[in-house]
Amino acid sequence: MTLDLHDVAVTWKGGAPLFPPLTLSVQPGEVATVMGPSGIGKSTLLDAIGGHLAHGFALSGSIRLDGTDLTTLPAEARRVGLMFQDAGLFPHLSVGDNLAFGLARRVRGRAARRAAVAEALERAGLAGLSDRDPATLSGGQQSRAALMRTLLAEPRALLLDEPFSRLDAALRSELRRFTFEHIRRRNIPALMVTHDAVDAEAAGGPVVDLTAGAA
Amino acid sequence: MGAALHPVSTADRDGRTLRAVVLVTVAAGLVLPIAAGLWQTARAGFGVLPAIGAETLSLAPFATLLDLPGFGTALRLTLITGFGATALSVLLAVGACAAMQGRMTRRASGRLLTPFLAAPHAAMAIGLAFLLAPSGWIARALAPLMGWDRPPMLATVNDPWGLALILGLTVKELPFLLLVILSALGQIPLRQHLAAGRSLGYGRGIVWIKVIMPQVWPLIRLPVMVVLAYSLSVVDMALILGPSNPPTLAVLLLRLFSAPDLTLLLPASAGALLQAALVALGFGLLWALERSGRIIGRWWVRRGGRGMSAEPGLWLAGALSAALFAAGALAMLSLLVWSLAWRWSWPGVLPETWSLRAWSTPGGGWAAALGHTVILAAASTALSLVLAIAWLEGEDRARRGRAGWAEALVYLPLLVPQIGFLFGLNVLFLRLGLTGGYLAVIWAHALFVFPYVMIALSDPWRALDPRLPRAAASLGAGPWRRLVSVKLPVLLTPILTALAIGVAVSVAQYLPTLFMGAGRISTLTTEAVTLSSSSDRRITGVYATLQAGLPFAVYAAAFLIPALLHRNRRGLMAEAGR
Repeated sequence: MTLDLHDVAVTWKGGAPLFPPLTLSVQPGEVATVMGPSGIGKSTLLDAIGGHLAHGFALSGSIRLDGTDLTTLPAEARRVGLMFQDAGLFPHLSVGDNLAFGLARRVRGRAARRAAVAEALERAGLAGLSDRDPATLSGGQQSRAALMRTLLAEPRALLLDEPFSRLDAALRSELRRFTFEHIRRRNIPALMVTHDAVDAEAAGGPVVDLTAGAA
Repeated sequence: MGAALHPVSTADRDGRTLRAVVLVTVAAGLVLPIAAGLWQTARAGFGVLPAIGAETLSLAPFATLLDLPGFGTALRLTLITGFGATALSVLLAVGACAAMQGRMTRRASGRLLTPFLAAPHAAMAIGLAFLLAPSGWIARALAPLMGWDRPPMLATVNDPWGLALILGLTVKELPFLLLVILSALGQIPLRQHLAAGRSLGYGRGIVWIKVIMPQVWPLIRLPVMVVLAYSLSVVDMALILGPSNPPTLAVLLLRLFSAPDLTLLLPASAGALLQAALVALGFGLLWALERSGRIIGRWWVRRGGRGMSAEPGLWLAGALSAALFAAGALAMLSLLVWSLAWRWSWPGVLPETWSLRAWSTPGGGWAAALGHTVILAAASTALSLVLAIAWLEGEDRARRGRAGWAEALVYLPLLVPQIGFLFGLNVLFLRLGLTGGYLAVIWAHALFVFPYVMIALSDPWRALDPRLPRAAASLGAGPWRRLVSVKLPVLLTPILTALAIGVAVSVAQYLPTLFMGAGRISTLTTEAVTLSSSSDRRITGVYATLQAGLPFAVYAAAFLIPALLHRNRRGLMAEAGR
């Protein structure tokens, strides 16, 4: 599974492109990093890949995941996972139900689904927190739960929008390791937007400066 | 950029169908009937009403109207009470906001305002009448001091100047405007601007006038127009508190419309057109005031005068507002006390004997009226809520905000005076054989419930963290699953609040129930208004208490249900507290 961006550019209401056309290929298990000053459209790029662009934006170029063109698919059919800086857990659901929301439909039967959720929680060091209110978890726990929720949906690619910037330094490196390890194990391509050069270094993949527009 | 442009339209197809359905519903259910109603009224106003054999176009209905005894007084009263109540409410609301700013959280002030917003106009008017009447609570409290051994001979209610009506309107409009201004203040950097202005040597009141109000005004212009349109054309409050002979224009028109002499329908329609013209004139005046205010204001700002302090004005506004709130609260209380009173002779401040007798005969009327009211409120609110959610969801799916014309469309039913199109609509419905049934009344209620539900729900809906539906989409959830399992549960609190507002609006409807129900469907409101002119305050008290109690109960439920359901969801409780 490879994520291929070819000459990708986004314009707002027919204006000039937000950033120079971007061409980038992310290999399975690799984490590519996009850097650049704020306001240049890093998050918009992720929106374009994930299928979340607001009305008025137009996208040019091609975005292919494993050969299939993503641009014509609605967000829910792209199978591109999304991680935010504050975890984005659904506030009305318990931690376990958040994971169950993500868990692929392929897993059938109440018992099997519950077991899958419990196993994912365990892997994230969250065993026994299934019934908890997500708002009562620590920042690191929330991020790990969110990653598990995303992975349970069996995404074919992952987008990370400044995923660690809210955490303090110690937690950050721990969570980085945790996240990247899971991406490698799943063998899916990932694209990360960050301000933090250490994030980029730890990711180990190609680094793109969005102002320059080339890998 | 060689590759083809993909305008973002991937998930739009579903959104387009939904939006088309909403647009057609709103056009057919809201715009078309108002236009058709106005058109019918206009025809009748110019002498064409085939149903009563009037077929020639003429200005005669206007001439008849002008020749009616008391017409000039009615017109003057309407202008004085309508503009007076609006101006007073706006001044007090702005002054009270400036005086109270920083002393109360938005949450606390919201809670304080809720019961006043929930109380129907008619119930508030009846309560105020109980409070202000020569034999009312205020006079009773003053009696020992003034040495009155019988109720004073003063026209404190239904006074010929319309003062009681202005007071009643202000008691109801002030909380609404306060809520609107508070929410507008949340959208501007209030604290910084106040600090900046004061550090430049301007007093607090002057900063409010020169800096804050020019920013707030565009955000509250539409609600002020709603208040003005309402105050100029109010019927139920004017029947209860206003002068009776001659009454205000809207009441005069209602009398003409319901007169046994059918030829009076023509001058009545002419009057309804005049009523609509008065409201249009009011909007024009508001616009002119805004323009000239801008020019004078700029000149004033450029002079840079630090001027005298406006502090006393702020305190006066704050004190008067507090007095009005106290009057409103006492008015509500007096409804309950009167419904439970048995022997209550002058000048006792409380009844000598209490009794449940007025309540004990539900079969005598109030049970049926309560039933009708509940059915109408439930149906019209459910209809409005579904339409509002469909509209907002349609905007989400199209990933775009609301166009200016669509926003104006939402406000339309609140800006056109009810009496201007309800009569024409009634004629239309009669011809189609739709009048007098539940459906016609439900629809007429929804016409006024929908705008308020829509206004109440729009801001919280847009404030929903956009990452939640996005996260759901990235997990494979389609648009319907995103709506049902993420957005609606997270937005439960604002949805229930909108529902409570919808119920309060429906319960308060007087004219639409009367016209569209052809007098055959009696609700708590129509009964309370009818009873208000009778002498038995106990029975009136029962109806008015129920009328006010129903919206209160729904508001309480809207507050308690999320608190209960979300008691273990801190993220949502914090959301609700904002």
